[in-house]
Amino acid sequence: MALEKITQVAGRGVYVPGEDLDTDRIIPARFMKCITFDGLGEFAFYDARSFAKADGQVHPLDDERFQGASILLSGSNFGCGSSREHAPQALYRFGIRAIVAESFAEIFFGNSITLGMPCVIASSEDIRAIAALIESDPAAVLTLDLTEKKISIADTDFPVTIAAHAHEALVSGKWDAIADLLEGLDAVKSRANVLPYMAA
Amino acid sequence: MSKTLLDKVWEAHTVRTLPNGATQLLIGTHLIHEVTSPQAFGMLRDLGLKVLYPHRTFATVDHIVPTDERVEPFSDDLADAMIKALRQNCAENGITFFDLPTGKQGIVHIVGPEQGITQPGTTIACGDSHTSTHGAFGAIAFGIGTSQVRDVLATQTMALHKPKVRRVEVNGKLAPGVYAKDVILHIIRKLGVNGGLGYAYEFAGSTFDAFTQEERMTVCNMSIEGGARVGYVNPDNTTFEYLKGRPFAPKGADWDAAVARWKATASDADAKYDDVVTYNAADIAPTVTWGINPGQAIFIHEKVPFASEVPEKDRATAEEALAHMHLKSGAPIKGTKVDVAFLGSCTNGRLSDLQEVARHIKGRKVREGVKAIVVPGSQGVASVAESMGLAEIFRNAGFEWRGAGCSMCLGMNPDKLVGDQLCASSSNRNFKGRQGSPTGRTVLMSPLMVAAAAVTGEISDAREVFGVK
Repeated sequence: MALEKITQVAGRGVYVPGEDLDTDRIIPARFMKCITFDGLGEFAFYDARSFAKADGQVHPLDDERFQGASILLSGSNFGCGSSREHAPQALYRFGIRAIVAESFAEIFFGNSITLGMPCVIASSEDIRAIAALIESDPAAVLTLDLTEKKISIADTDFPVTIAAHAHEALVSGKWDAIADLLEGLDAVKSRANVLPYMAA
Repeated sequence: MSKTLLDKVWEAHTVRTLPNGATQLLIGTHLIHEVTSPQAFGMLRDLGLKVLYPHRTFATVDHIVPTDERVEPFSDDLADAMIKALRQNCAENGITFFDLPTGKQGIVHIVGPEQGITQPGTTIACGDSHTSTHGAFGAIAFGIGTSQVRDVLATQTMALHKPKVRRVEVNGKLAPGVYAKDVILHIIRKLGVNGGLGYAYEFAGSTFDAFTQEERMTVCNMSIEGGARVGYVNPDNTTFEYLKGRPFAPKGADWDAAVARWKATASDADAKYDDVVTYNAADIAPTVTWGINPGQAIFIHEKVPFASEVPEKDRATAEEALAHMHLKSGAPIKGTKVDVAFLGSCTNGRLSDLQEVARHIKGRKVREGVKAIVVPGSQGVASVAESMGLAEIFRNAGFEWRGAGCSMCLGMNPDKLVGDQLCASSSNRNFKGRQGSPTGRTVLMSPLMVAAAAVTGEISDAREVFGVK
């Protein structure tokens, strides 16, 4: 299973501000009554978007200026809460291909990498600076360069970081672990055989 | 020596190091449920793969099951399709399914321990973040996403990085009316909702030593709410006594051998930790949340904070929380009107939770206008509680006695808040919209505090309401 080597993600940006944006916020549980991930995209941030609409405001994901954006920016502890892969799946299916935040919750991070959706960390100041640049020119293209570990917009570079293992997995095209895991099946069985509780 | 339980379990389950540096870790026990598994079985079929160790995979149905009308087909077509998909996937793959008619169904994190499947020194994974619950037995238990459910089904392993270990020590005796729930809410309040990022929490100290197995489960259950994917307590005689005689626990000579192994998996006295924090049990009072994450918590006698009082980093979230909760800064949280009281969930839906509340609620009445429901965590819990007369005590007090499931902890079944109802809840998350209504409001607390709210119709100090001394 050869996977794409993800070294660069380019696209327009959208800034969804907030700290601790949890997985219930990203995809409310009531939309998880499904047996496939198809169609989840439209429910990304569903309640937050509805609230904005009801208040006569426009959520960034519904803002015409940011339609088609593929790089999402947010605050710290993004994706905290449940282990539901439905959350990164919903964002991916909405069209998001990379996320830039101050920090990520662990399970969300792992789930996103497995989808080949890089989650990179930038400083709060840089995220706000990028958000301001997007706001002033929504058509500007952001380029996340994983090799150089930077994100660029309008001739300005901002440094980003990402856990070494996730970085390696993305750039080497090994972000979905299943092929590697399957290669180790003989070793899995040997290991299982020495653990009494694994006996049939 | 000098090893933590995590070191030992990790070592015993390491298959190999993968090219990207991750560990291929054997997952001895895989628990699955209807929400996060159907897509994984779909992926398996697409890849032409089979379940490698069906006998180490156990299923139940919990998130979507109605707790009142449980006759199939369910009135919700989507929920009905999910239970049928799980039933078929289990049958096709030879997986044990604690299905509704078995009398063993329940919330996955209650069923595992109840059946004796959850054992010390093992690795456990489940597509649910509250899998950390099983750490109460000295297991290393991970909440995982659906692609990893696929990985575990197909290979009984996952690609993981070893977490650091923070020893979270609590010492001393809790005051009457203060519970395990208050302890974990207090820890999260102190360490923050992302304070555990990259760590496993080892809960230790004389308070946890004295806890029952079920109290330990309440604490480990909410590790993830503090950002720690894994939480555990070292196994001891309390653990072994709890497990003895349960259906999947080792028997006879195997039992003695198992106990010897289990004892050896506990952290060594001279184990090295990446961090250690210490709290005194005596400093902890009944705790309730005021906001939209579990770290936004205060003691019952404290006032709702002003956003300006919280660290600058948390200020915007605090403002959002105050607006969502309709709470007034500077006002006592006590006395806030309650619409719904929910007693249940994988945090506090076990027999001892129901017993403790029943002991105090006997002869009292739920306040008019409050909807109060008790949802036993499993059919096993329900049947024992019923035989002990607890159901009758709850019904007489005006609670609805329901069937086992996740119920109102999350809005995936008919039990949901309506509009901006405020719910006194024994569950684990107060995220916006968590209980099924986008504007619904959740206040997390211990089961007895839920009962106090049900009786008075407002957030109350259970020690005063029930004369706990």
